[in-house]
Amino acid sequence: MSKIATDLGRDAIIAHREAASGQISVSVRDLVIRYGAQTVLDRMSLDIGRGEFLVLLGPSGCGKSTLLNAIAGLLDITDGEIWISGKNVTWDEPKDRGIGMVFQSYALYPRMSVEDNMGFGLKISGLPKAEVKARVAKAAQVLQIEALLKRKPAELSGGQRQRVAIGRALVRNVDVFLFDEPLSNLDAKLRAELRVEIKRLHQDLGNTMIYVTHDQIEAMTLADRIAIMKGGIIQQLAPPHEVYNKPCNLFVAGFIGSPGMNFLKGRLAIAGDTVAFDIGDLRIPLHAYERSGGPLVDGAEAVLGVRPEHISLGDAASGDDGGRRFRTPGRVEMVEPTGADTMLWSKLGAQSVTIRVSADVAYHLGDTITLALDLNRASLFDAKSGERL
Amino acid sequence: MTMATAHERRPRGPKPRRLTAGRIGIYAFVAVSCLFFLMPLYVMVVTSFKTLDEIRMSQIFALPSHFSVEPWVTAWSSACTGASCDGLKVGFTNSVLITAPSVVLSILAGALLGYSLSLWRTKGSNVLFGLLLAGAFLPYQIFIYPLVRIYAYVSLYGTLFNIITVHVIFGLPVMTLLFRNYFSSVPIELFKAARVDGAGFWRIFTSIMLPLSTPMIIVAVILQVTGVWNDFLLGTVFAGQANWPMTVQLNNIVNTTEGTRAYNVDMAATILTAAVPLLVYFVSGRWFVRGIAAGAVKG
Amino acid sequence: MARRQKRSWGATLTIVPFWVLVLGAYVGTMVWTVLISLTSSKMLPNTQFVGLAQYTRLFATERWNIAVHNIAIFGVLMMILCLVIGFLLAAMVDSKIRAEDTVRTIILYPQAISFIVTGLVWQWMMNPTVGIEKAMHDFGWMGFSFDWLVTPDKAIYALVLAGVWQGSGLIMALMLAGLRGIDQEIWKAARVDGIPTWRVYVSIALPMMRPTIVTAVVLMSLSVIKAYDLVVALTSGGPGLSTDVPAKFIMDFFFNRSNIGLATAACTVMLIFVLVVFTPWFYFEYFREKNGSR
Repeated sequence: MSKIATDLGRDAIIAHREAASGQISVSVRDLVIRYGAQTVLDRMSLDIGRGEFLVLLGPSGCGKSTLLNAIAGLLDITDGEIWISGKNVTWDEPKDRGIGMVFQSYALYPRMSVEDNMGFGLKISGLPKAEVKARVAKAAQVLQIEALLKRKPAELSGGQRQRVAIGRALVRNVDVFLFDEPLSNLDAKLRAELRVEIKRLHQDLGNTMIYVTHDQIEAMTLADRIAIMKGGIIQQLAPPHEVYNKPCNLFVAGFIGSPGMNFLKGRLAIAGDTVAFDIGDLRIPLHAYERSGGPLVDGAEAVLGVRPEHISLGDAASGDDGGRRFRTPGRVEMVEPTGADTMLWSKLGAQSVTIRVSADVAYHLGDTITLALDLNRASLFDAKSGERL
Repeated sequence: MTMATAHERRPRGPKPRRLTAGRIGIYAFVAVSCLFFLMPLYVMVVTSFKTLDEIRMSQIFALPSHFSVEPWVTAWSSACTGASCDGLKVGFTNSVLITAPSVVLSILAGALLGYSLSLWRTKGSNVLFGLLLAGAFLPYQIFIYPLVRIYAYVSLYGTLFNIITVHVIFGLPVMTLLFRNYFSSVPIELFKAARVDGAGFWRIFTSIMLPLSTPMIIVAVILQVTGVWNDFLLGTVFAGQANWPMTVQLNNIVNTTEGTRAYNVDMAATILTAAVPLLVYFVSGRWFVRGIAAGAVKG
Repeated sequence: MARRQKRSWGATLTIVPFWVLVLGAYVGTMVWTVLISLTSSKMLPNTQFVGLAQYTRLFATERWNIAVHNIAIFGVLMMILCLVIGFLLAAMVDSKIRAEDTVRTIILYPQAISFIVTGLVWQWMMNPTVGIEKAMHDFGWMGFSFDWLVTPDKAIYALVLAGVWQGSGLIMALMLAGLRGIDQEIWKAARVDGIPTWRVYVSIALPMMRPTIVTAVVLMSLSVIKAYDLVVALTSGGPGLSTDVPAKFIMDFFFNRSNIGLATAACTVMLIFVLVVFTPWFYFEYFREKNGSR
């Protein structure tokens, strides 16, 4: 009896807090999902704000789709709770959770017209015909697929199919949209097009959107916040620029960015107040680096991460910037033009680094250059734990 | 929150499973279906262990009051098939003598033809394939009589050779189809690479394609063993009385007996006849399903 | 055809015997059968051309008409029952039941055994004096009557029952493969849409399985036309002619009645029927990709 009482008490407190803030749309609490001996998600908690666009990003098998399906109510959870719009929906059927969902394979009902595809759920729920028609028409207008309403899915292109699938979620008039890799089956051009479409939709509707992808461009362009997952654990949950510029560990740093961040292995050298990073004989002073993590230990193995675009090429004599940039000579070992930019390969100490430079200047193999590392924008990680320092 | 919900557990973790009416309905339907499918097997087995007196006294679902293996012995070694009374063992031997070479030869032929049709495409191969398929779909009756005349003309009618070659002929369409489809799914690059390396028609078949086709061979063996063993029509027409397979003998034992019918012996004989394909079925499991699906869907 | 290869002697030499075999054993015998049907052949084939006289006689033969009538009833009932039962079983097995493998094994085992075996077992069970009827009477249900096998106007249903027992497993397997072939995300989408499971089966899954159903119907109709073993073992065509079928008619006229002309005429009718009904399907199924309509 007292257990129930405290539970109810907690419920009331939570409900009160939510009503007061009015901010939380989807809340995952201590979620555990286990299949036999394998734990896919372990005590995960996550709050998603009202109107937020959250992207779940990670390599395949990281648990991102599992999390999304759990929120949708499409799989059995082992423990924990899921709240949507201030209501505990842990035991509710997907249709009662106030969600709409878009799938990778579009999952349109093949023998039904576009119109019927979008309206079928509403029809089943007993909504009057006129209302169904009105909602379908509205959604079709928003998605600019009015001309396709009478067609069958087989007669549509991939992009059009995915619009219909989005339309099917739209007509449900729900607060929360779930996207499960919706663009993965499309070619690059269509993907870019629909990405913009989804972003526009989010701006217009202001719904909460949870979006699963393994494509970091989608994540960076769409998200208000990105949750980067690995092994069933959220590694970092932050806005895109922060994930990009201040990755919290080596995994996040390596996963985001293409070409990847340069990782330079070395040792910390601490003498009094001055911190430096030794790569072989090369000593890089780190006083421009903003510390954000654990204590720095003299002689500890560490990794210095520098993005290719944060290494610039300049001459050794250029003006003093308060030690923000570390300059060292190098030599062009490979040139890889990608169109807008050109990638150069060089050596820093004995380690290879990639440098992103403008395509306007021509570089040749063997050219002598000066590398300028922007230490203010670099990341320092503990080599053992991989955590940001 | 109303008072009614206050006594319920706060939703957390997996949703408690309630046995719904739908679920009960499903299990009831499944259970009744399983009983329906198992009933004949059960009846066969219990009947085969009863004495004739008991069969007259009790009913078919009752277990035998004491197990009698007598019917099995009779069925195997002394049941009468009209003309002679040597039991099913003769039919068993015949079925083995018919099935083994038929299976081997038809698979070899099907693999070879399927390979030629899928990867070499000689002139008119589509026509040949079409004719073969038509052969698979048409009732045997359409071909039987002229075949009888042909075999009789060369004095081979009613011989072991006759029945085996007929099985190979009528097994060819499905076997060819199976292997043609399989070899068509092999990456064509493999074939091209072998050609570039100088391998010819036979070399590619024996060194590359046959070793690749083990799964298909297993499926084909299952399909052919059960198919040939269970055949009745071709056996009656072509095997000749001396080589009658088990199915024909079984039917003769049961349906041509005069006087009182020995149901227990009949059922023992029936189980004995079904034993080989059932053994194949239970041992091969999923392979069998694959086999009938492949053979049926495309044959 | 992307796969056209350079000619090879090995391939040509291999294919020639198969051509001989197919032309001889299939095409030749078929033509021969048709030719005999145009003659006055009785016990042995002769060459006396009589035009379509054998066909006129065939269609005037009451036994043939009964056999055709029987096979039509048997075929229609068999197909409807197998499709319905097969689909229901597939849907049940698909709905995450316990011991799925065992259930599937039980439903499919009749597929492994001979029609002769099936016929004999059911003959035994449907025997009114010692079979199920007697068992029910012994259990105290005296009004129970199960005399299909010995009642002329019900014997065909006995044939259907045994046929369904043996055949619905295959249909279940086909349907199950069809159901499993449906994209899992469609089921998820339907759950999010709040569509009841039975409705998903009826309105979404079933229409998607049209090719499977067509295949199943074709397969069953082919096996119905070929029906011979089961009839011989279960009823021998009786009582009277109540379960006679064309395949049995033909065999009897070939080998017992020695009326080759009439038998070959019946064969030809069967041949024409199969060709007319199945050629479109057959063409569509195996050669459509040739026309680039994929």
